[in-house]
Amino acid sequence: MATVELRFSALPEHVRTARLVAAAVARRSGVDEAVLDEVRLAVGEACTRAVGLHQSGGISAPVRVLLIEEEKQFSIEVGDEAPHTAPGEVPGAHGGADESDAETEEDEMGLAVISGLVDDVEVTAGENGGLIRMSWPTTPPATLAP
Amino acid sequence: MDLSLSTRTVGDRTVVEVGGEIDVYTAPKLREQLVELVNDGSFHLVVDMEGVDFLDSTGLGVLVGGLKRVRAHEGSLRLVCNQERILKIFRITGLTKVFPIHTSVEEAVAATD
Repeated sequence: MATVELRFSALPEHVRTARLVAAAVARRSGVDEAVLDEVRLAVGEACTRAVGLHQSGGISAPVRVLLIEEEKQFSIEVGDEAPHTAPGEVPGAHGGADESDAETEEDEMGLAVISGLVDDVEVTAGENGGLIRMSWPTTPPATLAP
Repeated sequence: MDLSLSTRTVGDRTVVEVGGEIDVYTAPKLREQLVELVNDGSFHLVVDMEGVDFLDSTGLGVLVGGLKRVRAHEGSLRLVCNQERILKIFRITGLTKVFPIHTSVEEAVAATD
């Protein structure tokens, strides 16, 4: 199992870098070319969500992305350090109600895109942060001709 | 690649030609452009997405925001897009039901509800 780890300050301009790196590693691992667009989009959505959570929560820690090459699959884990409140709980009051609603809407739209794109996805959240794990099947690279 | 924006007027429509990547970093520029157009009285917008290489949910959010604004003035927001990978994002989020999507600027400009 080979892993590439990427950590970046929670700034929107770095999300593109994460997309490019993830797509490069995915291609190397044998993810089908036709699926690379989906990988790029899904990892971008996950990172955008994490950046938003860190920024709105005033969290200075970086966003963490793990790109994991396994035998028959390629996985991406995007972790944030934002404490997640259980559904139904009132989140901490910051910004106006409209702003908070807009943020929630965008957050949900990001997750909607991820779940629409990726068959194998797992979203977990706890007091210490959240994690989105996504996997794609890989085909082993063709053996080189002698 | 960054985001490129240019606008032109065709009859009573304003065509916004978008190029490059619309993501969490660049989407605010598109939002500003749409807000400015509506504030200046352009309520019938055609957003030409043919030059867009990448679109994420932040970009979708901006387009939905633009639609809300023009509708407040009984206006319209039409999209021009033929790229399958971009259309797919509208489909999986159900937004193909929200936006009229056309295959050419000419068709979008001529369209009426």
